[in-house]
This record gives sequence, C-alpha cells and structure tokens, in this order.
Amino acid sequence: MNHSAERSVSTYLTGFVLAIILTAIPFGIVWGGLLTGTAVYGVIAVAAILQVLVHLVFFLHLDLKSTPAENLFFLGFAAVLIVIMVGGSLWIMFDLHHRMM
Amino acid sequence: MTDTAMASDLLEEEEKKSLLSREFGFWVYLMTDAIIFALLFATYVVLSKNSAAGPTSKDVFDLRHTAGETALLLISSLTFGMATIAMARGLSGRVIMWLVVTALLGVGFLAMEMMEFHGMIAKGAGPDVSGFLSAFFTLVGTHGLHVTFGTLGILVMIVQIPLKGLTPPVRSRLLRLGLFWHFLDIVWIGIFSVVYLPGVM
Repeated sequence: MNHSAERSVSTYLTGFVLAIILTAIPFGIVWGGLLTGTAVYGVIAVAAILQVLVHLVFFLHLDLKSTPAENLFFLGFAAVLIVIMVGGSLWIMFDLHHRMM
Repeated sequence: MTDTAMASDLLEEEEKKSLLSREFGFWVYLMTDAIIFALLFATYVVLSKNSAAGPTSKDVFDLRHTAGETALLLISSLTFGMATIAMARGLSGRVIMWLVVTALLGVGFLAMEMMEFHGMIAKGAGPDVSGFLSAFFTLVGTHGLHVTFGTLGILVMIVQIPLKGLTPPVRSRLLRLGLFWHFLDIVWIGIFSVVYLPGVM
C-alpha cells in the first residue's frame, strides 16, 4: 500500500477504541436483550458496516488521496460483485422459500 | 555519478517497482478472497435455519466464547499495527517482539476455535448433522484456516527478519502480511454479526 503515510500509534489506537465501541454495542444489545425484532438486526448491521469502514481507514490506511486509484477501483469492483452475487442469491433463495411455504 | 552507482540506482528503482506491483497483486487476491467469504456468508444465511431437527444455533453458540475470540483477533490487529510502526522506524527488535505477541494471540484464537469445534462435534453437532452446521463449519472453518496460514506467515517473518534484516523485500512482505491479517479481522466482524449474534437471538 502506501509507504510514505505516517503510521502513527495514535491512528491505530483510535481505530482500536472505535472498533471496541462498535463491537460492544451489538454484543451488549444482544446480551442484555435491550431491543427486540428487526431493530436488533438493524443495529448489528449498522455497527458492522461502520466497523468495517473503521478497519479499512485506521488499520488498512485506505483513503482517497494516498491509496493508489487501482486499489480503490478493485475494492469497488469487488463490492459490486458481492452485491450482485450475494444480493441475487439471497433474493432468489428467499423468494423460493416463500413460494414453497 | 559513476556507472556502477547509476546501475545500482536503476536496480533499486526496478526492485521498488516490482515490490509495488506485488502489493497491488496481493490486494487483488484479497478482493477475490472477500468474494469467496461473501458467498460463504450468503450460503450460511440461506441454510442457517435448516437444522434438520438437530441442534439449532441457540443450542450450540456461546456468546462469551465468541466475545473472547473477537477480543483476541482485535488486539492482534493492534499489535500487528505496532509491528508495522516499529518497521517504519527501523527497529527490527521491536518488530519481532510485536510479531511474537501477534502470533501468540493468533494461536490463542485458533485454540479457542478448536475448543469450540471440538465441543460442538462431541455434543453431536458436527458438520454432517444439518445444512446449518455444514454451512457454519465451512464459513468459520475457512476463516480459521486463513488465520492458521496468517500465523504461519508471522512465524516465517519472525525467522526472516533477524536473518535478512529490514530490507525492502522483507518490508514489503510484512506489509502484505499485515494487509492479510487486518483483512481477516474484517471477515471476523462479518462472522460475529451474521453468525453468532443473530444465532443466539
């Protein structure tokens, strides 16, 4: 990746603390039974997506300036493939499940 | 500037280019690996309720155990980061120290996962019991296999750094291994968010 970027201790510690918070929230909610139904899934999903972004920025040092454009391009390409294949598979399988009931 | 000096400058430039293209290649590999994991996640989500009258996710998952594994992997991401910082400062002793800590955390994670798998199989919840358990062992096992190879990679680097020093190829290898290790932690976020947390609800 990017050699010149200053990898300071504080960057990693910031990412670490944010990751702990974003892990503690979903675990706490499920453990304590604080919410019910779809709200729990919503909180888990949002916390997971935010934590993935925290890892990408603070641990993998992705940013729009210093990361080579082709690396970001492949990240985007993989994301599109994942959305098509995972989204499509789940759509088909749950639709099938629904029709079989 | 003499000819030999120019030649060595050229060589250095070529080496740098070759290492950069390896880092790009490794990044492409990581993205393909992300697609494999995404599809294993999709398989798990489709099969997660198909317990075939066998044990369900509520019967076999223990959230405290998962929290322990999560903590070990997250701390190991931080310690690998510390190794990367030490490398940037050229402190090879510190790099080795942090890599040893990271490897121990990785081994700790693998030990916890082995305990979990062994306990489940002993309780009659092996991968052959139901679609849910097949998908679970495939997804979590594939991640565990990655962590195993990551830990082996760290052990190789622990041997290589004292032998070769922090030369540009060694630095590049450590950087790529770091990408791999942080990537595995990202996959684990998906595992506890998709498998364990919804599994115990």
